[in-house]
Amino acid sequence: MDNKEIIRLTALELSRKIEGGELTSRQVTDAFIERIEQVEPQVHAFIVTTFDEARKTADEIDKKRQDGEKLHPLAGVPIAIKDVVVTKGIQTTAGSKMLEGWIPPYDASLVVKIKEIGMPILGKTNMDEFAMGSSTEHSAYGKTCNPWDLDRIPGGSGGGSAAAVAAFEAPLAIGTDTGGSIRQPAAVTGTVGAKPTYGYVSRYGLVALSSSLDQAGPCSRTVIDSALLQDVIQGPDYHDSTSQLSSEVTAENSNYQAALEGLRIGSENDGLKGVKVGVVKQMQEGFAPEVFARFQEEIEALEEKGAEIIEVDCPHFEYALGAYYLIMPSEASSNLARFDGMRYGQRVDGASSDEMMANTRGAMFGEEVKRRILLGTYALSAGYYDAYYGSAQKVRTLIQKDFAEAFAKVDFIATPTAPTVAFKFGEKIDDPLAMYMNDIATIPANLAGIPGLSLPSGLAEEGLPAGIQILVPAKSDDKMYKFAAAIEAMTDKLPEPKGLEK
Amino acid sequence: MAEKEHFSKEEVARIADLAKIKLDYKQIEKMTTDLNVINEAIAKVQEVATEDVEATSHPLQTDNPSGNVLREDIPATFENDLLTNEEAIAGAPKTEQGMFLAPQILVED
Repeated sequence: MDNKEIIRLTALELSRKIEGGELTSRQVTDAFIERIEQVEPQVHAFIVTTFDEARKTADEIDKKRQDGEKLHPLAGVPIAIKDVVVTKGIQTTAGSKMLEGWIPPYDASLVVKIKEIGMPILGKTNMDEFAMGSSTEHSAYGKTCNPWDLDRIPGGSGGGSAAAVAAFEAPLAIGTDTGGSIRQPAAVTGTVGAKPTYGYVSRYGLVALSSSLDQAGPCSRTVIDSALLQDVIQGPDYHDSTSQLSSEVTAENSNYQAALEGLRIGSENDGLKGVKVGVVKQMQEGFAPEVFARFQEEIEALEEKGAEIIEVDCPHFEYALGAYYLIMPSEASSNLARFDGMRYGQRVDGASSDEMMANTRGAMFGEEVKRRILLGTYALSAGYYDAYYGSAQKVRTLIQKDFAEAFAKVDFIATPTAPTVAFKFGEKIDDPLAMYMNDIATIPANLAGIPGLSLPSGLAEEGLPAGIQILVPAKSDDKMYKFAAAIEAMTDKLPEPKGLEK
Repeated sequence: MAEKEHFSKEEVARIADLAKIKLDYKQIEKMTTDLNVINEAIAKVQEVATEDVEATSHPLQTDNPSGNVLREDIPATFENDLLTNEEAIAGAPKTEQGMFLAPQILVED
């Protein structure tokens, strides 16, 4: 099997071939390294690569397998990690100049799990600075280009992870999702990305943006690959006091098993008989015509498989964007106070500590980060707290109520993931509000803490990919994978991204 | 715009000072424009945030009986959680004798 074939295999296929002895982890890892070297000049999905470490892990796994050691199915399957996730001994910048050159002294909990099972880490992927943005244009390390069209955005903030997976630079990647940073990049790169239930993947070791919204999750090319990866990183962690005990993976709630079941029911006639699918009344407008048409076709296909389509009323969704742009900047302004030029990161000198901090933060934070810190500082300041942050928290309650009422009637909710296909660089960079609108369909899940997944729905405007989003109640991530895999089985496979050579 | 802008340049300068971010005049002007646009979109939340609605500060209660996931009450060790002094200060911009070195904190006006 040559390298061009190897990099096109899914994580599940790679896992089986490595387990079966048909391929070694080293062969697979080298194939992806070769691909990264080939396409990185065009894509720029990575901020740093860690090839030596990856090869070392691959060799260790191959040795263990030779010795007959019992290993995890994903042992030896390479992975890329978003640069917002702290990695011991590997530079972690979160896309900011502020952290240029910072080498963390510890691993995030999810990285510990990835290392424990022996997945070679290929490098750290590009992102909007501190995960603030929808295009990677806010990265201090240059933009990532969409493998479908190199003049277009790969989504954000996790554009690097999604582009790496789309460009066959990695079979799997880790992303983080505060308002859509896993799902929107997945939609515009023709890949799969899932935001687990809040608290299902430990936040320990994520450079925090908004602590009550942040959640790490998988990026891949198929639903079952994301399910496999979520099974690895999911689980309670005493380092994160908001983690959920119910996140412990068992035979009953395995996301992988659920995805297998989904692939089966999605390929059978009437396989979805009795399943109730919610379509949100308030999410029928504001989408590009072809993006919405692909979504409608999926709904019709679900109906043909026997599912019942039910319109659900979520009257408070129109306030979600406003609530999000109060809660997220407020929490960010507090979280990013730690970047004070004292303990880690860059420092710009000043005559006093106060002056040094202001100089450092003025010089090292990018414009979008400053904008959000100012907004958050204002929303939390004396005299405005109740009207702004307090009101936003009330909207959060109302959105949870909308979801609760909807899920009383349906098994899952489906929406288009992003309003448009990938837009061109520079198109929205000077209009913060237009950029914020990219997350209009993904934000409600973060506010309510429920899981959400985006998978390809087909090609839309300009022949570029669009996504469909699946939402389920909190703590039922396995059902999300089941329904998403069923939809995947019913949908034509996308062609390869057309912006890159083979 | 006919209506009075929510944020003035003076107000934005005051917030930047609170947030300890040094901005020049041009940046303050740009931020003032941006924040006024964003404010129009977010102020909408006040329409539905009536007194009878409870605030949600956290999306989900944890399912741990105590409310939080906590570790066993045993001391951490260097083998698992603790950083050595060297590791803890390795990323600092300036250090002295194993400590973070900060510029003068109290300055006479």
